Amino acid sequence: MSTLRRLAASPGAVAGMVVLALILAMAAIAPLVAPYDWNATSQCRRLAPMSQAHWFGCDLFGRDILSRILVGARYSLGMGIATVAISLVFGAALGVAIAYGGGRIDRVGARVIDALLCFPPIILAILIVAVLGVGLWNAALAVGISGIPRFARITRGATLSLAARDFVEAARAIGGSGTRVVFRHLLPNLAPILIVLTTLDLGGAVLFTATLSFLGLGAQPPTPEWGAMLNAGREYVRYAPWTMVFPGAALFLTVMAVNLVGDRLSAVLDPRQRRR
Amino acid sequence: MSLRPLLLRLLGVIPTLLITWTVVFGAMRLVPGDPVLLMLQGTPVSDAALAAARAKLGVDRPFLVQYVSFIAHAAEGDFGDSFRNGQPVTQLIADEFPFTLQLALGGLAIGLVLGLILGLIAGVWPDGWIDTLCMTSALAGLSLPSFWIGMLLIQVFATELGWLPVLGTGIQALILPSLSLGLFVAGGMARLIRNSIIDVMGQDFIRTARAKGLSSFVVVTKHALRNAMIPPLTLLGIQFALLIGGAVVTETVFARPGIGRLLVQAVLEKDFPVVQGVVALTTAAFVLVNVAIDIAYGLIDPRVQA
Repeated sequence: MSTLRRLAASPGAVAGMVVLALILAMAAIAPLVAPYDWNATSQCRRLAPMSQAHWFGCDLFGRDILSRILVGARYSLGMGIATVAISLVFGAALGVAIAYGGGRIDRVGARVIDALLCFPPIILAILIVAVLGVGLWNAALAVGISGIPRFARITRGATLSLAARDFVEAARAIGGSGTRVVFRHLLPNLAPILIVLTTLDLGGAVLFTATLSFLGLGAQPPTPEWGAMLNAGREYVRYAPWTMVFPGAALFLTVMAVNLVGDRLSAVLDPRQRRR
Repeated sequence: MSLRPLLLRLLGVIPTLLITWTVVFGAMRLVPGDPVLLMLQGTPVSDAALAAARAKLGVDRPFLVQYVSFIAHAAEGDFGDSFRNGQPVTQLIADEFPFTLQLALGGLAIGLVLGLILGLIAGVWPDGWIDTLCMTSALAGLSLPSFWIGMLLIQVFATELGWLPVLGTGIQALILPSLSLGLFVAGGMARLIRNSIIDVMGQDFIRTARAKGLSSFVVVTKHALRNAMIPPLTLLGIQFALLIGGAVVTETVFARPGIGRLLVQAVLEKDFPVVQGVVALTTAAFVLVNVAIDIAYGLIDPRVQA
């Protein structure tokens, strides 16, 4: 409870949480509140500018940009969340497994993780897309996989320091099985670190998957994912800047909101960072 | 610094490179479809020609032989020929590399200058509204989609105002791409520099400098800043990864030549030798840059053993 109260004391975190809640609500009820069908094309509305009927204007196919952004929140946030979930689950499992395995397993595992961290993340994600093929969920999977080494390294370090503590030794001494020690004693104590890491990573993950879509490697037309919308609007941005301004602003606001919450949350949960 | 730790550090690069190149090799073998058919891109050929192409690519050999041959050739800098135009991959990368390097250096310069200004101001006056303003701006820099900011910059400064060119490879055409890349770098740098300045400002030698009666300006610029810059500079290796990643996007937005655009094009065209070569070489460059920074750090700060 005190964590929430301390978060509420930071105006930045409150602003971030409010914006994020609004975006999540918007994503949830998008089909109900969107003024038009996100995929309804119209020749006479092609690149129509902002107006009372179309607040954010229309794209090349005459589709209402506001409606597409509202529905697109589902894709952009959904992909970001799926991505971080993949990195978290597999990264944490790998980190705990090699740290708990100890000895040679730990030495080799740590070496491989360090080597994998030498791939610039976007390069690793592009390599994975090259294998899986382009597409919305393949891009999310690629970004998720490229985050696994980062989660694994931090979880491994935290597990090693926890495993040396008295309560873990005691749990082992009274005959607790490996699985029991991991699930009952290690994971609950790793939770704060993993929560911070996940929140800090979420903003980057949303940005990262949108980047792949922008490069044409993620979501494909006509999916209203924000990065893909920016990619589609690229050619005629000169004549219709609204096709680029609003999807980008939605992406920026979302990532900024997540980062504001993540930044404060890490300061609140990590005593070494209290000063920040 | 003695020679032994230096040599050990350099030798440590070998297993790292071996693991990353193994991953690249393995990934490329997981790609569905026959590489020879991909190379021929739908051109109808006889079975004999197909077999000859297989033999030329070496894909008819056992897996392990292919692996050893890949690593041996990679160590010599040979990543095969492009499926698209038959040119050696290394040559293609060498042609594009100067453009990416220019962009990365431009982005780094802008990132350092902006990050230094924001971080310094926030660090000298911590925990007030100035600090909040600077750090929120830094966070905004980290949250800005670089492709979006790139498009906005083109729209405002090239299309509307006509101040700067977007196309071309001269210095002027480098300003907008560097800015769009630099804003992201600045965000991270500002946060690092702020924390580093706060740490340094609390140390004894700063108190001594103040006690000598030096002005605050001199204390900050001559004493604090010089020491506070060491930790952020050691993180330049991580910035390198960000710059390469950012270059991929920035080159696409600004339609600039470079390694990033080469890679994205190669993925879209399924030109796998190019994908393989670009990934393997950027990773090797990243590893070597980090080793160089470690060694340089050991030379600058004798307390650190490289």
